[in-house]
Amino acid sequence: MSQLAANFDLAFSGFHLQVNINVPAEGVIAIFGPSGCGKTTFLRCLAGLERAPIGAMVLNAHIWQDERQGVFVPLPQRPIGYVFQEPRLFPHLNVQANLQYGWQRTAKSERRITLEQVVHVLDIETLLERSPSALSGGEQQRVAIGRALLTSPKLLLMDEPLSSLDFHRKREILPFIQRLDTEFHIPIVYVSHDLHEIVELAKTVVLLKEGKVACSGPIEEVFAQLNLRYLIPENHLGAIIDTTVAEQDQEFGLTKLAFSGGHLHVPHHHRRIGERLRVQILAKDVSIVSSPPAFQTSVLNLLQATVVEIGEVNANHPFVDIKLDIGCPLLATITRKSLATLKLHPGQRVHAQIKAVALGPETNHSKF
Amino acid sequence: MIDLDLGPLWLTLQLAGATVIVLLLIGTPIAWWLTFTSSRLRTIVEAIVALPIVLPPTVLGFYLLIALGPHGLVGGPWNELTGSTLSFSFTGLVMASTLYSLPFVVQPLHGAFEAIGKNPLEAAWALGASKLDTFFTVASPMAIRGYLTAIVLGFTHTLGEFGVVLMVGGNIPGQTKVLSIAIYDHVEVLEYAQAHTLSAGLLIFSFVVLLAVYTANRRLPIHAA
Repeated sequence: MSQLAANFDLAFSGFHLQVNINVPAEGVIAIFGPSGCGKTTFLRCLAGLERAPIGAMVLNAHIWQDERQGVFVPLPQRPIGYVFQEPRLFPHLNVQANLQYGWQRTAKSERRITLEQVVHVLDIETLLERSPSALSGGEQQRVAIGRALLTSPKLLLMDEPLSSLDFHRKREILPFIQRLDTEFHIPIVYVSHDLHEIVELAKTVVLLKEGKVACSGPIEEVFAQLNLRYLIPENHLGAIIDTTVAEQDQEFGLTKLAFSGGHLHVPHHHRRIGERLRVQILAKDVSIVSSPPAFQTSVLNLLQATVVEIGEVNANHPFVDIKLDIGCPLLATITRKSLATLKLHPGQRVHAQIKAVALGPETNHSKF
Repeated sequence: MIDLDLGPLWLTLQLAGATVIVLLLIGTPIAWWLTFTSSRLRTIVEAIVALPIVLPPTVLGFYLLIALGPHGLVGGPWNELTGSTLSFSFTGLVMASTLYSLPFVVQPLHGAFEAIGKNPLEAAWALGASKLDTFFTVASPMAIRGYLTAIVLGFTHTLGEFGVVLMVGGNIPGQTKVLSIAIYDHVEVLEYAQAHTLSAGLLIFSFVVLLAVYTANRRLPIHAA
């Protein structure tokens, strides 16, 4: 399997980036963390826009940087595509000329992606003759993505490509980014501080904190860890579960999702039956009952669970995170008092009540 | 009819044209360097480039006369290489005008490059364009207004120079006798009609050029932003 390995040590005024990753080079690799944690600097190092004095980067056995041997391939010679936070289209060229700029500079033998494909996937047929200044922000960003794709890159770097866009524009572009992986098989390193984008897109996630990798791995594994409380905002804690749409309940306006541990009921979601949907169940929305409640509950999702692990108990903090197994990992945040009352211990059989399921699309975006 | 010698006019246009070409060639890298360098020398170079704006032309001319003279810093080696002197020659005048008009070319270019910033350049590099390629296909077309302003200011400023030319070039017909000096000569011998014709010609020419440039600038589609 192809790998992306990178190791950078770069210090400048008051900031020190020390990152070392080795991840499968496939799908979306999300770089996640708060503003100022070094996400963009890391991406610029990957591109070769910054040269880390101690640095190495290898993609599929192609060495792009190895300072021990003095190897540094300059950016124009690296087969990468870079989508910046702003579209950065060339104002003196129309959309078509912008799209072709990189394509013309790509060796004929390396051209795998055609203008027709890109125009089709990104739905920009009608924009080709226009000037960049005549496009909306979302259209400009789509053209910028297309322009980067037309260099047939071996790696696509995206630096918060949606951050300058409003909610509706984001919704408009996310599906395109999802399709890039399936249509063109280009690994994407995707920088974001928006967890919803990451839940929706990422296969692998790298959490950065103060210039260092706090945690990395497949997204489901990373978000099933107990120690995340100190790495990401509390309201983002929660297991990520892959589901498929099983049933649409028209009468009550509910959608039934199937996953490895059973079913989840969520408010009606406009998806076809059989469609895959990745959801996040926030830990604060999960409560634990030791036996099924004798009385009726208004909570729809009540699942059998086994206690796997109790998180760190902090005397200064009223809450504790509990890792459960419901056929897949699930995190629950409960009070220390409840932990004592329920006498929870690993291996114990309990029930998990899920008050809400955060769905990727169609929900509101929250940020750091 | 007034007996008017048009020689100084052609000489002036040649001088301004040659000066602008030289200025674009050396002004572009200077402006580029000023825009993108992080060197501490930046402010010093900036101040030196701006000097000709504040110095009296006679001061500039005086030092140039010394430097370009047969034993000067520039004139000496030139004399050994070519066997001709720089002071009181057309080549010497081009050199002097280049220095004299340098800020009028460097500053608009510097401003234009600064307005473009690094972002579009990085985008071009990421698309596989080399630095030189990026300069010609992205930076310079985006800086077109800056170039237009630089060309016009450099040209017209050279048209109007007097003090420097007088010091360095003297008043040799066909070689260094430019328009402004011809006008001065006419006035000195009370040939007001000739002085009028040349002055009015220069005035109208300068106005028309500036008007054309500002009109063109308004219509140019490029906004470096």
